[in-house]
Amino acid sequence: MAAYGVAVPHKKQLSNGMLGFILFLASEVMFFGGLFAAYFIARADAPEWPPESLLTAEQLARGVELHLELPLTLIATILLVLSSVTIQLAVMQIGKGRRSGMVWWLFISIVLGVVFLAMQMYDYSQLPFGSGDTVFGTTFYTLTGFHGAHVAGGVIFMLVVLVRGLGGQFSSEHHEAVEACSFYWHFVDIVWIALFTTLYIVG
Amino acid sequence: MATIAVPRPGEYRRPVVLEWLTTVDHKKLGILYLYFTMFFFAVGGILALLVRTQLAVADNDFVDNHAYNQIFTMHASAMLFLFIIPIWAAFGNYVVPLQIGAADMAFPRINALSFWLLPPAGLLMFAGFLVDGGSAAAGWTAYSPLARTMGTGMDLWIIAVVLLGISSTIGAANFLVTMLRMRAPGMTLFRMPVFCWNIFVTSLLQLLATPVLASALAMLYIDRNFGGSFFDPNGGGNAVLWQNVFWFYSHPAVYIMILPGMGIVSEILPVFSRKPLFGYKAFVFATLGIGGLGFSVWAHHMFTTGAVLKPFFGFMTFMIGVPTGVKIFNWLATMWRGSISFEPPMLFAIGFVSMFLIGGINGTFSAAVPVDFAIHDTYFVVAHIHYVLFGGSVFAVFGGLYYWFPKIFGRRLSDSLGNAQFVLMFIGFNLAFFPMHLLGLDGMPRRIATYNNTDWEFLNMLSTTGAFLIAVSMIPFLMAVVKAFMSPADQPNDPWQGNTLEWYTSSPPPVHNFDDLPEIHSERPLFDLRHGTTGGH
Repeated sequence: MAAYGVAVPHKKQLSNGMLGFILFLASEVMFFGGLFAAYFIARADAPEWPPESLLTAEQLARGVELHLELPLTLIATILLVLSSVTIQLAVMQIGKGRRSGMVWWLFISIVLGVVFLAMQMYDYSQLPFGSGDTVFGTTFYTLTGFHGAHVAGGVIFMLVVLVRGLGGQFSSEHHEAVEACSFYWHFVDIVWIALFTTLYIVG
Repeated sequence: MATIAVPRPGEYRRPVVLEWLTTVDHKKLGILYLYFTMFFFAVGGILALLVRTQLAVADNDFVDNHAYNQIFTMHASAMLFLFIIPIWAAFGNYVVPLQIGAADMAFPRINALSFWLLPPAGLLMFAGFLVDGGSAAAGWTAYSPLARTMGTGMDLWIIAVVLLGISSTIGAANFLVTMLRMRAPGMTLFRMPVFCWNIFVTSLLQLLATPVLASALAMLYIDRNFGGSFFDPNGGGNAVLWQNVFWFYSHPAVYIMILPGMGIVSEILPVFSRKPLFGYKAFVFATLGIGGLGFSVWAHHMFTTGAVLKPFFGFMTFMIGVPTGVKIFNWLATMWRGSISFEPPMLFAIGFVSMFLIGGINGTFSAAVPVDFAIHDTYFVVAHIHYVLFGGSVFAVFGGLYYWFPKIFGRRLSDSLGNAQFVLMFIGFNLAFFPMHLLGLDGMPRRIATYNNTDWEFLNMLSTTGAFLIAVSMIPFLMAVVKAFMSPADQPNDPWQGNTLEWYTSSPPPVHNFDDLPEIHSERPLFDLRHGTTGGH
């Protein structure tokens, strides 16, 4: 009879929590996969892209135009990519046991995330089309909107980690939440790079 | 792997209601899942009886067209989303940690969240009956553009299904981590009980397919409420897109609905045949094969749209018959020359194998593109899905209930009442659904509120009689449950001479599941314990 007990892992492996978190991210990939699929199908079907010819007289009269603002979004993109670097620096700091360094880099990452969101909102307010203006508008607002919601979720995640960091809950040995947070933030960043490439560069 | 002893957790006494509302114990959550899903089985069953009453005779006006659309939509939605899919989580929750010798799931609180998302979802979905325009009425497939025109009930349905999807996605991650990380010392992946393997592959499907449904539902919601054009060709959208994203989830979902049932049957057959499961590894690989192929066949639901690559999807659908055939062969070879005892779990398991075989064969018919064009949207398809989901899944549910009831509640369901239920249900089932094959071949379309072809009346009447016979078969089941709860909880650890670890601990198990575990050298540790190690994988 083996004694009932808790197995002590003899080799370093992902913790249960991290494994579960990575599986969660896999499901997120599939969620965005569905939305991207919708975009590409709409695009493949369209007579031209953006599908200007689908605009009704009423939409044209309202001044609807199907084009995107590249310069502002390019700056936002650079900031978001930068925030992936800064959150990784936060992870490296806590890996060396430097709690205040982690807090500072997290704070910078949060600021970059919030600025990204603010720029997205400004962009939304300026764009000459809405979510109801052809499938171009629908896919644009749905894809970027769900991404924006994930950025907001990531900012909240980072705030929680920041507060826990200020409370002294992390050390060089125990900082799984910081790593999970960085995984999530990198995921959000990679989705944005895919979105930016698809919507702005290929588009 | 070294082990350190942990002190046994003591019983933590709390008021009963508070305990059940806040429990994170996988066994209690499993029981909650069971009550919840059986409730919606009853609701879905009553809706089915309304459908059958309406269709019993030609030109019937028992319910009007709009009510009929709501009834059959909610029948399917309740049965699929609120009964079959979550009842596997009931069995999975209760049984998986016990079978792998763990104290609980990997994430007990997420487990509780998975369950507690269900009641609001059920309420929201059925709240549709209270709003203007009634509940969702576009079928459980919610095809667009039809679903874009429905009333508020459709939005409630969408939100409910998203909640259920979140529940099943996080539940899937929980099951996967539990099985990857919480197995008892000595239990390699290929010594994991075959029920666990089926839950494992089901969880993979849920994890990767359900989010795509969530994205589809988000698109439908945006189309309905924010003027979106995903499925509206006027704005450059594509109506077939809905079918693609919907079936990308919902075909794997068919395996989500059947694989755990296959797992239950694969636990029951060896125990009641007194033989090991024939070809354990082949069975595991067949399960993985069904899971993998399950992602490449979704468009066989859409042959008649003409917008899909028919030879590819037809071929892949035939391919999925191969691992399924392997499993049927495994089950038959397990019973071959076994010393079979026909107690209720075994009866339901054999019922599963025979009825699922019919469902598999008529499914393979439909995989042939020309045949599919002929029978698409006829009652033949309704017959097919009921042979796999009722003849398959529901028989497995009852097999599992009779099999694990002594473990879960410490009481045994009466054998004679179980036999009576099986006989009534088996006859009722075939009476209800076999005639649908003939009606379908004769061209009777599905999802119509009534028909004026009196040639179809006889077969429809047979089908309605069968449906009511199924309802009658629930009486002996309820009697067995009441009788069991009126008798003392006196079941031994292992009333069936089982093979797997859940039979090693008491019935019902203590909060911490196990005081000690036997050594594990094969996928049948308890058989080894009784008879000495026979050498395993």
